[in-house]
Amino acid sequence: MTARNRALLYAALIALALLYLFPVVWVVLSSFKDANELYSWPPRLIPHHFTLENYATALDEGDFGRYFLNSAFVTITSTLLLILINTMAGFALAKYRFKGDTFILIAIISTLMIPLEVIMIPIFKVISWLGMYNTYWGIIIPPAATPTGVFLMRQFLLTVPDDLLEAGRIDGASEWRLYSRVILPIAKPVVATLAIFSFMWRWDDFLWPLIVIGTPEKYTVQLALSNFIGQYDVDWGSLLAMSVVSMIPVLIVFLVFQRHFVKGIVMTGIKG
Amino acid sequence: MRPRAYVPYLFLLPNLLIFSVFIVFPALFGIVYSFHKYDGLNPMEYVGFDNYAALLRSSEFWDVMRRTFVYVLTAVPLIFAGALLIAMMLVQELRGKALFRAVFYWPVMVSFIIVGLTWKWILGDSFGVVNYLLELAGLEPIKWLSDPVNAKMSVIVATLWSRVGFYMVLFISGLQSIPQDYYEAAKIDGASRLRSFFSVTLPLLKPTSLLVLILAVIEAFKQYPLMMALTGGGPGKATTNIVQYVYQTGFIKTQLGMASAMSVVLFLIIAVFTVVQFRLTKGGAIE
Repeated sequence: MTARNRALLYAALIALALLYLFPVVWVVLSSFKDANELYSWPPRLIPHHFTLENYATALDEGDFGRYFLNSAFVTITSTLLLILINTMAGFALAKYRFKGDTFILIAIISTLMIPLEVIMIPIFKVISWLGMYNTYWGIIIPPAATPTGVFLMRQFLLTVPDDLLEAGRIDGASEWRLYSRVILPIAKPVVATLAIFSFMWRWDDFLWPLIVIGTPEKYTVQLALSNFIGQYDVDWGSLLAMSVVSMIPVLIVFLVFQRHFVKGIVMTGIKG
Repeated sequence: MRPRAYVPYLFLLPNLLIFSVFIVFPALFGIVYSFHKYDGLNPMEYVGFDNYAALLRSSEFWDVMRRTFVYVLTAVPLIFAGALLIAMMLVQELRGKALFRAVFYWPVMVSFIIVGLTWKWILGDSFGVVNYLLELAGLEPIKWLSDPVNAKMSVIVATLWSRVGFYMVLFISGLQSIPQDYYEAAKIDGASRLRSFFSVTLPLLKPTSLLVLILAVIEAFKQYPLMMALTGGGPGKATTNIVQYVYQTGFIKTQLGMASAMSVVLFLIIAVFTVVQFRLTKGGAIE
């Protein structure tokens, strides 16, 4: 590449990057402005009267702490459950020969064809019948089984030699012990990928909570935000503050596990 | 020593239970509902294909479908082009590549609700900073969210911002798997940059391109939370797509049979694309 082309490339990338960063930067900066400055015309980029007022309001009047804890509980529980049951299933499909194994694999993968958006109505009924309406379990359990997770684990374990398991069996280890002490430690990359994606899916999820949760005290962050923004008189100050806080957990996960993300997307190419 | 025959089934049990109870059964119920008149409270009444016939006659449903298709057909090519363009810039020998990649990827992590909310804050008619910038440049402020056509455009912009980074990652890995020799050879043959893009890059990138297209199409058909936060589906119904319409018909108008019939239509659309995706990826994975 010539020096001129390189300079052009950098210029284009930097311009694009600034354009990309601007929306979030603007939200973050705005969240530190007081009520007057928030709507002042002309708008100021940097808050003149830096204040945490909006954050305090979000916590006090907006009950944001509760939504945050709700989301944290749902996200963490759901992620642990997701890792457990999907690695178990992937293990079974990779390391045992049994009647119906191919059929079960195909059936599991085929469920990708039926996203939640398509079964919103009947799933609401099923959730109600099971007494899971307006419970956290209603948003934790149903999405915990994911074809992506099963498939990733299976593919990974196919590359692991069976001798490891045979050796364990000769030593008298139970199958559960083989799974938990031999397989899980080996499958760390899969577990990490699943954990990260599950964290993001559940933390950002809107549709499940929308269908399952009915009372405000059980709202997750996303459901609460969507409710506030739909109101006629939007309180932008606390809304922006809540958005900023709710972006922090995914930001941390993103910064710490960036490399896994890239790998994970390339491995799965699928969402949900 | 052989493990007992029931062991693998036990390992599979939790998954299979969840898949059956929360996916397979609801899907079957959904099909049953679609042939009934049902308000969720009173007993179902069998109506045969009436719901489907009513859908075909409903101009509102056709409007929603048309809007959804227009959204998909606008958003997907733009996402495709944007993601490919950025990916091609980022596979060059550059300093700070990782930083750029992180910047473009970051919005993918942000929930659709916050994406919508962020753009609403920027594009707001009276308080939005974009209109201020327009005024600074001596232009008239624009009703980004309260004019039907502009609202659609705003939704597309927010969609691009939130999704391009995801597909960029797929394109980067696709581009990196093209051997450099091909480019060298094209250069020696005197091919221009443009020529080598069309004769080397695009053909060799085909598997990735197809996957990106399919995934983006499926995702676009299902989009709802972003509009929910940005425009609420309005003004009027200007940005109400199929999923939101199903939700409103089912949960607000409590016409569960009708909503289920619409869901079946949506399912058929998504199923076709998913099957193509399976074909392309041999079961969901690229590698």
